[in-house]
Amino acid sequence: MNASESLQHLGPVLRARGLEKQYGQGMGLVRALDAVELEVAAGETLAVMGPSGCGKSTLLHLLGGLERPSAGEVWLEGRRIDGLSEKALARLRRHAIGFVFQAFHLMDELTATENVELPALLAGRSPRAARRRAAELLERVGLTDRAAHLPSALSGGERQRVAIARALSNEPLVVLADEPTGNLDSSATLDVLRLLDGLRSSGQTLLIVTHDSRIAATADRLISMRDGAFVEETRLTHGSTGRLGELAGLEG
Amino acid sequence: MGRVLLVCRLAARDLRRRPAEAALLLLAITAAITTLALGLGLREVLSKPYQSTRAATAGPDVVASVSSPPDSGVPADLAGLKALARAPGVVGHSGPYPVVWTKLGSHGQTVDARVEGRDTAPAPVDQPKLTEGSWLGGGVVVEAAFADALGVGAGDPITLGRRSFRVAGVAVTAATAPYPELTCLAHCVPSGLVWVSQANARSLAPQSESLAYVVNLKLADPAAAPAFVDAHNPPENAPPGARASDPMPPLLQSWQEIHDQTASLVRNQRRALLTGGWLLVLLALASVAVLVGGRMADQIRRVGLLKAVGATPSLVAAVLLAEYLVVALLAAAAGLAVGRLATPLLTDPTAGLLGSAGAPPLTISTVGLVTAVALGVAVAATFVPAVRAARTSTVLALADSARAPRRTAWLIAISARLPVPLLLGLRVAARRPRRVVLATASIAITVSGIVAALAAHADLIDGASASDPSQTDRMNEVLLVITITLVALAAVNAIFITWATALDARHSSALSRALGATPQQVSAGLSAAQVLPALAGAILGIPGGLGLIAAVDPDSTTLPPLWQLLAVVPGTVLVVAGLTAVPARIGARRPAAEILQSELA
Repeated sequence: MNASESLQHLGPVLRARGLEKQYGQGMGLVRALDAVELEVAAGETLAVMGPSGCGKSTLLHLLGGLERPSAGEVWLEGRRIDGLSEKALARLRRHAIGFVFQAFHLMDELTATENVELPALLAGRSPRAARRRAAELLERVGLTDRAAHLPSALSGGERQRVAIARALSNEPLVVLADEPTGNLDSSATLDVLRLLDGLRSSGQTLLIVTHDSRIAATADRLISMRDGAFVEETRLTHGSTGRLGELAGLEG
Repeated sequence: MGRVLLVCRLAARDLRRRPAEAALLLLAITAAITTLALGLGLREVLSKPYQSTRAATAGPDVVASVSSPPDSGVPADLAGLKALARAPGVVGHSGPYPVVWTKLGSHGQTVDARVEGRDTAPAPVDQPKLTEGSWLGGGVVVEAAFADALGVGAGDPITLGRRSFRVAGVAVTAATAPYPELTCLAHCVPSGLVWVSQANARSLAPQSESLAYVVNLKLADPAAAPAFVDAHNPPENAPPGARASDPMPPLLQSWQEIHDQTASLVRNQRRALLTGGWLLVLLALASVAVLVGGRMADQIRRVGLLKAVGATPSLVAAVLLAEYLVVALLAAAAGLAVGRLATPLLTDPTAGLLGSAGAPPLTISTVGLVTAVALGVAVAATFVPAVRAARTSTVLALADSARAPRRTAWLIAISARLPVPLLLGLRVAARRPRRVVLATASIAITVSGIVAALAAHADLIDGASASDPSQTDRMNEVLLVITITLVALAAVNAIFITWATALDARHSSALSRALGATPQQVSAGLSAAQVLPALAGAILGIPGGLGLIAAVDPDSTTLPPLWQLLAVVPGTVLVVAGLTAVPARIGARRPAAEILQSELA
């Protein structure tokens, strides 16, 4: 039993009840999310799949407190967060949630190290501690030699690895990844998969939104979405597939 | 022709899409042009009242005076003065009248006065027009602006020398500029004018030799007065008489010179308005640069689209320039019109002249100058961004990544040690150093103007006793108007800059929020990005203002009170913090997810 499996009996770290999100009104009303029920256990890796526009990213934003639901509840570690103020949500994100975006969203004027240390600085850590943590994380993602480079000097895969390191800066409860390999080629995708596999093994709770079935197959559980609703849920037997890379069919 | 039409159509469409920005820009340039037009037009504003006074008083075309050589003990050369009255071209005269300089006492104050002896009968040339009381009749008549400054009127007691008199009347004249710009006679003593009977004038002189004399001449051709004066005045570099007792030649002045001296009554207002006008032009330049820069950030994709559908770089530049040239031309026309109409409101013709100040004539030089300034503002501020936009690669423009932020490593390192709002603020500011320079310059210009206005005000208070109170009041009003306009324009700039910064930094702000910064920290950071340049600008503005007043008025030695100078810095910072809070808050309120998603799109 690895760290991930040993943590899952602790119960849900993230929970959604009757979650709805609507945009517009009247004839222009769009139901981006419709009565979603979800539980993510501690240490679990959950993949959410579906076609573009099915509401995957909206779900991620609602769970991470970047958007507010039209109805329903979001609970993080036993605390209801959907009614929190913007300030409280920001503090929560600072300590409990790490985001990985498809477009990387690195600050162009900051080096890899400076990007990774930013969440720690925002959380009030000392510059020295933030820098030390950034160095550890960049080493973990294999980018020590690229630490002083600006994003413009990094490849897509390297940028996403910096973004993953940044998401881990404050040791979050949950990492929410939105199409983390959506902008990457096969080789870079493999690098990112290896990293996610490492996170899963270390007991990091992960929620990955993707429309890439190879990524989805790496999860403990897979939820399929269509038109803002969950249509299918599959518990994957991780042991039957061996290492993530092999499952994803990306290794030779 | 088709190309010109296309440029005009695109420029008009873009202006229509952003009416608020166009209106603010119009206001900014109009404010600058109005102030400039006011300053340029002020010189002519007292022309009409002077002409009215000249007509009502049978004003002289030439005033000639003569005095005895200093410390010579010989009387003034009256014969030379009388000869002038018979000179060819002279068709009438009054005088010679005796003149003596003495002290005037009134309401506990003592000032210098020039006392002119007159007949009780009306003079054919320069008969002062009474505005109050009666002519002489046993008393004295005080020049109206002088009476206004002293606060005396008909019936009031005054002293001349040690003798007591009663003010019989108050009158205006065109033979001299009104107090305190009294035209010099043979002696040039800053003083006010009082008319007394000839007997009283002679009796006020310590010795008969100390009397000067004045004669007022009417010429057949008033326009030829300067030529008459040149022909009869001693050459400027004439050698002094061989002996101290040699008679002094008469000194002549044309009515045109007196008219020009009258204009110097509004010299300080004019100086203040012209200085303020140029400061406002600089602020307007900053406004345009900020607006154009902000629009570049917001519209770089539009430039890419234009180029993608076949627009050439020069066409893109032409569209941008055309938009601002149209606004500048409108602003120049509006500024000239408002300036012309407002000039009489800002000037008091003084009690020393008849009639009210009229609107100044629109001269070709004024129209040309303000139009050139307005167009210069538009071209200077749009040229660099227009060229940059035109040269930007279409692919980069369409990808919206053409304006990569600057990296200032040392600022990023320093900011890591600061509280979160300052960390964010410093990094936001460091992304666009040119915008920081603009913000600093805008505040430095404004604070320079405010400090210069404070110094001018302190100077006015210092010299209030020697000035015409109505002119002092007008000057204070002018200073207030300039200060308010400067502050208003700087406020508009601060809001523009904050908004442009909020738009430009929306991605990094949204990302900071996704990473755990609160909206309050982000909006405080955006404000801090404006407050830091404002602090630098306010500190630079103090020596700037003192330097400005020293350059504009080298004679002024009065400094504003120290507390005022010290209060300017925190006051500026507080005002900028307040002004930027709202746009910064609005900028930080947009949902982070929405911005990050739109960036992805």
